[in-house]
Amino acid sequence: MKDFMDKVLEKYPAKTFKSRKEHIVIKKASEAPQKIIANTRTIPGMITNRGCCYAGCKGVVLGPIKDMIHIVHGPIGCSYYTWGTRRNKAKTQPGGQNYIEYCFSTDMQESDIIFGGEKKLRAAITEAVEIFNPKAITISATCPVGLIGDDINAVAVWAEKTYGIQVLSFNCEGYKGVSQSAGHHIANNNLMRSVIGTGTKVPTKKHSINMLGEYNIGGDGWEVARILKKVGYDIVCVMTGDGSYEEIKNAHTAQLNLVQCHRSINYIAEMMEVKYGIPWIKVNFIGATGTTQTLRDIALYFGEPELIEKTEQIIAEEIAEIEGQMQYYKTRLEGKTACLYVGGSRSHHYQTLLRELGVETVVSGYEFAHRDDYEGREVIPSIKLDADSKNIEHLTVEKDEKKYRMILSPEKYEELAKIIPLAKYDGLIKDENEGTIIIDDINHYETEEIIKKLKPDMFFSGIKDKYVVQKMGVMSRQLHSYDYSGPYAGYKGAVIFARDITSGVHTPAWRYVTAPWKVEPLLEGKVVGGDE
Amino acid sequence: MLDLTTKKIVERKALRINPAKTCQPIGAMYAALGVHACLPHSHGSQGCCSYHRMQLTRHFKEPVMATTSAFTEGASVFGGGSNMKTAVKNIFELYAPDIIAVHTTCLSETIGDDLKTMISQVQPDVPEGKYVIHANTPSYAGSHVTGFSSMVKAFVSYLSVNSGTKSNRINVIPGWVEPGDMKEIKRILSLMEIDNILFPDTSGVLDAPMTGTFEMYPEGGTKIEDIIDAGNSKLTLALGTYTSEAAAIELEKKCKVPMKTLGIPIGIEATDRLISELATLTHKAVPSSIEVERGQLVDLMLDSQAYFSGKKVAIYGDPDTVLGLVEFVISLGMIPKFVISGTPGDTFARQINAVLAENEITDAVVKGSADLFELHQLMKNEPVDLLMGNTHGKFIARAEDVPFVRVGFPILDRYAHQYFPIVGYTGAIRLIEMMSNVILDKIDRTCAEEDFELVM
Repeated sequence: MKDFMDKVLEKYPAKTFKSRKEHIVIKKASEAPQKIIANTRTIPGMITNRGCCYAGCKGVVLGPIKDMIHIVHGPIGCSYYTWGTRRNKAKTQPGGQNYIEYCFSTDMQESDIIFGGEKKLRAAITEAVEIFNPKAITISATCPVGLIGDDINAVAVWAEKTYGIQVLSFNCEGYKGVSQSAGHHIANNNLMRSVIGTGTKVPTKKHSINMLGEYNIGGDGWEVARILKKVGYDIVCVMTGDGSYEEIKNAHTAQLNLVQCHRSINYIAEMMEVKYGIPWIKVNFIGATGTTQTLRDIALYFGEPELIEKTEQIIAEEIAEIEGQMQYYKTRLEGKTACLYVGGSRSHHYQTLLRELGVETVVSGYEFAHRDDYEGREVIPSIKLDADSKNIEHLTVEKDEKKYRMILSPEKYEELAKIIPLAKYDGLIKDENEGTIIIDDINHYETEEIIKKLKPDMFFSGIKDKYVVQKMGVMSRQLHSYDYSGPYAGYKGAVIFARDITSGVHTPAWRYVTAPWKVEPLLEGKVVGGDE
Repeated sequence: MLDLTTKKIVERKALRINPAKTCQPIGAMYAALGVHACLPHSHGSQGCCSYHRMQLTRHFKEPVMATTSAFTEGASVFGGGSNMKTAVKNIFELYAPDIIAVHTTCLSETIGDDLKTMISQVQPDVPEGKYVIHANTPSYAGSHVTGFSSMVKAFVSYLSVNSGTKSNRINVIPGWVEPGDMKEIKRILSLMEIDNILFPDTSGVLDAPMTGTFEMYPEGGTKIEDIIDAGNSKLTLALGTYTSEAAAIELEKKCKVPMKTLGIPIGIEATDRLISELATLTHKAVPSSIEVERGQLVDLMLDSQAYFSGKKVAIYGDPDTVLGLVEFVISLGMIPKFVISGTPGDTFARQINAVLAENEITDAVVKGSADLFELHQLMKNEPVDLLMGNTHGKFIARAEDVPFVRVGFPILDRYAHQYFPIVGYTGAIRLIEMMSNVILDKIDRTCAEEDFELVM
């Protein structure tokens, strides 16, 4: 495998070769720990799948908060492309507002670039307040905003004073950092600084939790909430799928934070622990094994025998309901191979589910994850920020004397840390089988070479890859949008996922790729093109 | 659905809500894909490029390849020259296009990157016989349509040459239409036996077949040598003022090829004008096959007229497309009540109003630089019988229970649209089918059981 990857890299110009080879690791347990280079700048001209800081901030973290108006300060494209394109579902709460179907922009024109756009931004906020009377507004900056020096922070301060509602500004210009990741960080900082902890709810209920880094794609968050509520947990807030402003304000009242997407929300998880004393655990609600393990971890955290018993009872019930179907799909999928290339978390989470279905992962990687997502949080002290990322603000919080609660004693914490992933994430590499290829910021060329060589049965990625992969004769499913299906999380989601990929792999159309009058015979589901 | 849209219209000067346009570079990317073995390149930060590829892919359900200069903060301050140089090197090495078509974003435009100079500086890395061209496509001016137009023009500026030997061909710039439309225009030209150069041409690119092999550069797309040779043609027909005229004017200026602007041939009258023009230019008789198609269209217009007569329509989208649709619905006896484009410019309203005046329609609302929030408000105040436009209208259609025809860009939620035309007589026939289907579906769905008809 190493030889093959070396051969792939040979085609690169020298400088590109040098850089790319550090982003590729072949799992070898005997060499553990293995280091990968990640979160560095994208090489121009490579056909990356990466997006920008604005996408990470507004598109991913802020956008799903349904009852805030998210105004994008920039030319029209940035707001337009985040309009309904990520499937972070949201239901209107009784008497509440829901802006998910809307797209708001200052639609900057040439004159705004020349003379500055602050005046227009102020006017846009005024109009938004007049028409909608929202509870709160966010302003997201786009590329030109930073360059022309519009002070969106000053506008936010003015708007708060003028209209008496919270107006948050995010300097998430697209060129900041090297990917969506910078945007996550910027969004986390301001939610932490200005929203979380400002609610007036008194922490009362037992077993209260927050779900962090869950964006309710295709209803994932709702399926997870269904299970958690069945066990008896009180969900204080979800960040940010189907999220509401009021609930996020009260996030500090929960007793435990569950971190699903480590990459996008670990900043808030860390800061809430420091400021409010709320511990966090890494969870994985993808796949039955992942969900079961997570439910057990949460029960152990609270530690009450009745809760543990109830948890086991619900796990048994849920498993009984899906077992037969999962078994059936496994017979249809067993022995197949998969490649996973998703943003910053799913490439890892879905491997548990694929394993349940008898599918082996042969290549995995992230667009924009950092080394800790690959190698585990223990490497964080050794990560050096490079020039491209060092301008992203690092927010330091302190203990909030009034709101800090000791939820776990240090002794209890230490004891629990041995059995559940308290403030711990092991990363992707440790979970991989021997020989699996791990690639960071994979590009089109590498994708094509890998498919030709490894001939996987399925390739999980995003919309930009989907039809490339399919044209090569390999079943492709999107693990960002779920191809408009879902939920994929939780027990019920596992069955929907299994159904979707089974239908994809076995769909009759694969049989017709080669016309009957062509001589070459064709293997079902293995129509890999190229010169292999 | 869209519960927060108020009936009361508050005039907005700054806040854009639910736009009826997007930004320039995606248009440039689409135009570049209409040239064979061309790789579009986005000179800006990588987010734009990903978004534009995403949106085009979702519309066509096809691979959309493009590269980016992937600006960092440093490049955004000090200029993207070295990013461009690295990109060009990597692109030719790895992806070997015949031509790289560079467009810009609001980032590189705001910092003032000088593309012409940059391109001259990367020439040592451009292999023999290959090209790098560019169009400036600032996102803060115009719309995606402007970007399309600028890129088509850029191909002419960089490539077309008048070699002194006139050819017998005519150039046709089809405007921003679907691959199925481009195929239809080519079919009409071939039925009339007219030698032509159609550019750009995304047929064969964004409707490529499944063969088991991924082709980075599918068979389709206008060949570079044809765009070069366009400078020798005897005439250019620009279909669409907004999308095609700039390139035709450039060709006239640069290569002295005379030009004429017509509308995109949507509907009977615009198609009549195209066919008549072609016949006059080439002194050729219109073949009977085309006359048959026209006759079939008129036959169908008469057959179905009861369901269209007097019905009010709301139409939104890109100026050239909307102009064609407005004229067509009038020919069906319908009333275009609200006509909206997100693309700025006075030409749109002037052209639409001229068509309306000619047909003595007086109380329509025509607005360029408008958005779907406003259109919805207008419809709340005065309901219409049919809504026509891109996918984003489905929310309004559901909220107001209005029959809805998907037409224009983007269509993100339906399959196979790029295979079929809306242009020409055949396209008009298809439009009638789509329009009558949704109108009749609503009657079937909502009428009393005792009024449910077998034959309609």
